[in-house]
Amino acid sequence: MNTMDPRTTVINERLKRINRIIAVSSGKGGVGKSLVATTLALTLARRGCKVGLFDLDFTSPSTHLIMGVKDVQPKEDRGIVPPVVKGLKYMSLIHFSGDQAAPLRGADISNALIELLAVTQWSELDFLVIDMPPGISDAVLDLIRLVKRIEFLIVTTPSRLAFETVKKQVRLLQDLEVPIIGVVENMKMNSAKNIAQETEKLGVKFLAGIPFDSNVEEAIGDVTKLRVTAIAKRIRQVAASNITL
Amino acid sequence: MHEWALAEAVITAARQIAEKEKLKEVKEVTIKIGELQQVEKDILNFALSQLKPANFKNAEFHISKAKTTLKCRVCGNTWLFRKKELDEDTAEAIHFVPEVAHAYIKCPKCGSPDFEIAEGRGIWLENIKGVQ
Repeated sequence: MNTMDPRTTVINERLKRINRIIAVSSGKGGVGKSLVATTLALTLARRGCKVGLFDLDFTSPSTHLIMGVKDVQPKEDRGIVPPVVKGLKYMSLIHFSGDQAAPLRGADISNALIELLAVTQWSELDFLVIDMPPGISDAVLDLIRLVKRIEFLIVTTPSRLAFETVKKQVRLLQDLEVPIIGVVENMKMNSAKNIAQETEKLGVKFLAGIPFDSNVEEAIGDVTKLRVTAIAKRIRQVAASNITL
Repeated sequence: MHEWALAEAVITAARQIAEKEKLKEVKEVTIKIGELQQVEKDILNFALSQLKPANFKNAEFHISKAKTTLKCRVCGNTWLFRKKELDEDTAEAIHFVPEVAHAYIKCPKCGSPDFEIAEGRGIWLENIKGVQ
């Protein structure tokens, strides 16, 4: 036999007690993907669901900053048990790399992702929300390959630059027959409907337009303030009408 | 223990291979562990012995350690990973996710964190022997 990496064989076993696995993704960075992922996870947890949040944006993690995470560490128990933060089981590379920059190339990202999927003991969850790195690079392809039941929620802005990359991502996911929950348009400055119309033309549901909210920056690190931002209000509506168990 | 999760992965992979190769009974499983991940051999061995299924009842697990070679992508320097050069917290972080080595280790020649883990990263299955 050829030598074999045994880790991938156990990934779906680790995830089998999770009802829905939602990857929050975007074509480009800076569109508010991590904010959408975090508020979605917090919203679902507030409903009384068991929720995990997994920050897979290894080179630019930010969910810990959004939630103001400090001094938490996973535990070892037949794998790695994520700490509970703001009611969420929370896994991020920052548990291991701290404030240090982690300059990872594609192969390293794949290896770290496989390691965390293979050893993290999520136990029973209603939802696992994954904050993806932007684009359609290694992490996206690895997750599609390794996680059988993954679904995508895509974030864009009104900018043509952001939406053009979303179109490519949608086509890729459709070609691979990966379910897409829908598209969220963040940082809307007006009531233009072109992104909603273009999204529907792709055969994908337009979930919500989120108005630009200047209070969001002030809410970074404070979950209580985050809950009253425009983004949180709209994500609550999206979750109520589109994301059920 | 983290080693238990890895042992479970080894057993799952070995079962799949045994099934594919139509082995009724597995006699020997050869595993390599790279020094970078610092897997405790005794814990891994114990976990494997506890997790093995019926057709692995008489299987022996041969576990050997492999040195970790790191290669700088900037200057081409190659060097060996040495756990004793790290503090306890850093060694533990690398134990959990070996790739975080890039956050803590730099090329001793040029100082770059852009290096390749050329050999000896984590755990891999080398061979399985059994009877059909």
